[in-house]
Amino acid sequence: MADEVVVPIGSDADIVIARQKGRAMAERVGFSGSNLAVVATAISEVARNIVEYAKTGEIALKAVNQGGKHGLVVVARDEGPGIPDIALAMQDGYSTAKGLGLGLPGARRLMDEFEIVSRVGRGTTVTMKKWVR
Amino acid sequence: MLVPILKQGDFLIATIQSALTDDDLLRLRDDLAEQVGRYRSRGVIVDVTVLDVMDSFAARTLRALSHMVGLRGAQTVIVGVQPEVAFAMVQLGLTLGDVATALDLEEGLALLQRRTKRGGDRGR
Repeated sequence: MADEVVVPIGSDADIVIARQKGRAMAERVGFSGSNLAVVATAISEVARNIVEYAKTGEIALKAVNQGGKHGLVVVARDEGPGIPDIALAMQDGYSTAKGLGLGLPGARRLMDEFEIVSRVGRGTTVTMKKWVR
Repeated sequence: MLVPILKQGDFLIATIQSALTDDDLLRLRDDLAEQVGRYRSRGVIVDVTVLDVMDSFAARTLRALSHMVGLRGAQTVIVGVQPEVAFAMVQLGLTLGDVATALDLEEGLALLQRRTKRGGDRGR
């Protein structure tokens, strides 16, 4: 079984599905305890970002093995309005929607690696990784 | 998934049974704010023991719930935040603000009883 799952995101119910599938995959990869909650929470935040700003998109979850390290890669993609000022969006407390403004900066704190690429009018891709210690 | 709300004396107890969507959480907030008036309740307990994730939306909605219930004259206690969930919330930078919390249902009920005791515990 190729350990890759893509969850389409189009409503708040999909946020729950994405974090449950993410948690299940994190468990298969070898995460345990509080790191399962950490991964699920980060997925929840980026999935909600899709619903709030782009309405639809997808979350791809993939198990990775790099130089003997096991980890989980989460890619959140949308073709929404994009983020004009990423530095601003990554600031704590900054939000243009109903959020707390903790979503993206919070997800970055939860994960080991975090990368965001966005083009105005084209969409946003957030790639984040967590490694099993 | 509807959260059942149980009336027990002066208190309402809402025990979350499974993962909740954003809409479910908003509905719980509104149901409790309404039922506090209907049953003239003095306190509300929200049991989140089964939740394996508390993200920014859930934390914000529970804060709003507590404030709304407070404006209706009752007190809220959140019980059952799991240690893994607490860890992830701290990493994310989430707090429940000034919302009262207790370890479990038993402790939550004891806290509400102390806080809503007629004539006593003034100034809280």
